[in-house]
Amino acid sequence: MANPLLQVKNLHTVFPIQSGEVRAVNGINFNLDRGKVLGIVGESGSGKSVTAYSILRILDYPGNISQGEILYENEDIVRMSPGEMRQIRGARISIIFQDPMTSLNPVYTVQNQLVEAILLHTKRDRKQAKERALEMLQLVGVNEPQKRLKQYPYQLSGGMRQRVMIAMALACEPDILIADEPTTALDVTIQAQILELMQELKSKLGMAIIMITHDLGVIAEMCDEIIVMYAGRICERGTAEEIFYNPRHEYTKGLLRSIPNFALSKERLTPIAGSPVDLLNMPRGCAFAARCDAAMKVCLTEQPEEISINENHKASCWVNVRDTAAEGTEGRQANG
Amino acid sequence: MLKYSVKRIILAIVTVFIIALITFFAMNAIPGGPFAKEKAPEAAVQAVLEKRFNLDKPVGEQFFLYLGNLLRGDFGISLKTGREISTTIFESFSISAFLGGMAVILSLFVGLILGSTAALMRNKWPDRIIIFLTTLFVAVPSFILATLLLLIFSYVLGWVKVWSVADQNYLLPIISLALYPMAYITRLTKSSMLDVLGQDYIRTARAKGVKDWMVIFKHALRNALIPVITYVGPLTAYIMTGSLVVETVFTIGGLGSKFVTGINNRDYPMIMGTTIFLATLMVVMTLASDLLYKAVDPKISFD
Repeated sequence: MANPLLQVKNLHTVFPIQSGEVRAVNGINFNLDRGKVLGIVGESGSGKSVTAYSILRILDYPGNISQGEILYENEDIVRMSPGEMRQIRGARISIIFQDPMTSLNPVYTVQNQLVEAILLHTKRDRKQAKERALEMLQLVGVNEPQKRLKQYPYQLSGGMRQRVMIAMALACEPDILIADEPTTALDVTIQAQILELMQELKSKLGMAIIMITHDLGVIAEMCDEIIVMYAGRICERGTAEEIFYNPRHEYTKGLLRSIPNFALSKERLTPIAGSPVDLLNMPRGCAFAARCDAAMKVCLTEQPEEISINENHKASCWVNVRDTAAEGTEGRQANG
Repeated sequence: MLKYSVKRIILAIVTVFIIALITFFAMNAIPGGPFAKEKAPEAAVQAVLEKRFNLDKPVGEQFFLYLGNLLRGDFGISLKTGREISTTIFESFSISAFLGGMAVILSLFVGLILGSTAALMRNKWPDRIIIFLTTLFVAVPSFILATLLLLIFSYVLGWVKVWSVADQNYLLPIISLALYPMAYITRLTKSSMLDVLGQDYIRTARAKGVKDWMVIFKHALRNALIPVITYVGPLTAYIMTGSLVVETVFTIGGLGSKFVTGINNRDYPMIMGTTIFLATLMVVMTLASDLLYKAVDPKISFD
């Protein structure tokens, strides 16, 4: 079988500051195949967005990738020259951001910004680029696209701007679209429309998607695989089904308990107690141990290895190791 | 847009009128007069002169007589030299405007480049040097800088000739005029640029694969210019009307020195003429910078 489209291997991203190093991403691994949808879930500060920005190398100052490889079609993005990197950005891998209100440049028209992206990466001339821009706006379902092209971002609504962002990201037919919390800043009805649009475009254009969110419920139905991140590490990965119905990491369980469920609306939501870890002083053991109800001694001193629950499900939690060991002992006893 | 402009122009005329009014009465309230000096002419001569220039009438009436003449384009003649005020203003303003215009262009050009550089290389040595120098130039008064420049480059090194009517070398005066605004624009551009570079749309531009320098010049600079424009409009008016200090240090007869000499001599038409001219210029420049906003920031609408 051919190698995956994108392979992230042992990625470490740090932000050196005066008082030390903020370790935002701490050795994560994942693969993305052509045309698949990968969901990355976690709370604020878990390293989801930093992972995304690392892939495109658009980290904010002073962030940098300190270790690891990011292989796109077997070429290491981490080692690419700035020129090579620009051939990737916007052309092969595109990204849309959380806040469409601030992600478009306020002083240029929609057309200007769309055409800029198209001219950068395709052989079209200005006239063809304009046609392409119009075509893209139609594709993402912007009403009155002719008129919108001439407008400035402040004249568009939030949902409309996110559609423009999507049009811009997809204008050069990338292999991968990274969506960094694309619906967080939008109201609920618009959220649903944007997600629907992304699914529709995926089936039309066939790009792979990395969907970053802090809301498991939002993305569950569109993801082929879900990664749960905490403190810059992957704590659990598996199909949406496995993650939802058979969570094996205490953090995932906590996340699931904090999703509003309207069928049981009389129940109170259960938040995860405590606050995220200090990324300047990472604990020695499992990063989640301090907030975990099931924490054991070993959780405080040693980092859990990732162990397979089954073929499409892995979790990094000592509880699983204990349970597997216990099952093993029981098994032996039964045999003996 | 048209409605806005008309409104602003009417407002400008009112502003200039009020300034003229206040100046006229304030100037007449100062003790002494153009002909009352130690070597005062004889009483009869003084009376004739005062009658000739309407100084014997009540101040209120003088004001309206002056306005009437002004509306006909007549600024009057200097009570000291007898020359047409408009000619004097035109001559000295052309010198000041040239000096000031060059200084504004120089300070904008250097300020924008240094400010952007400092923002891009923040906390590295170029940034530190730029910020050190600009703090210095903002803090040290221009007469000290002007004198220092003159001392070093004209006297000690002898690279640049001292200004004279025969040899009009404007280099040092322009530099001394430009240093303060240049330093100020540098600092303004740096902070505005830093603010803009942290914005999401800059990340969008980078994520699109835009070249670094295009990110700066296309996406960042235009947004960063908005606060700079606010400063440059009034600055242009201020600097073009002549800096007394720099003109005095370099012995250039610009508008600034004419203005101050006029006040010392109680040369009423001269004071009024320069005041009205300066006020008009200031108002026009402010209006121009407001209209310039529209060109840079599409969000601004005048209707």
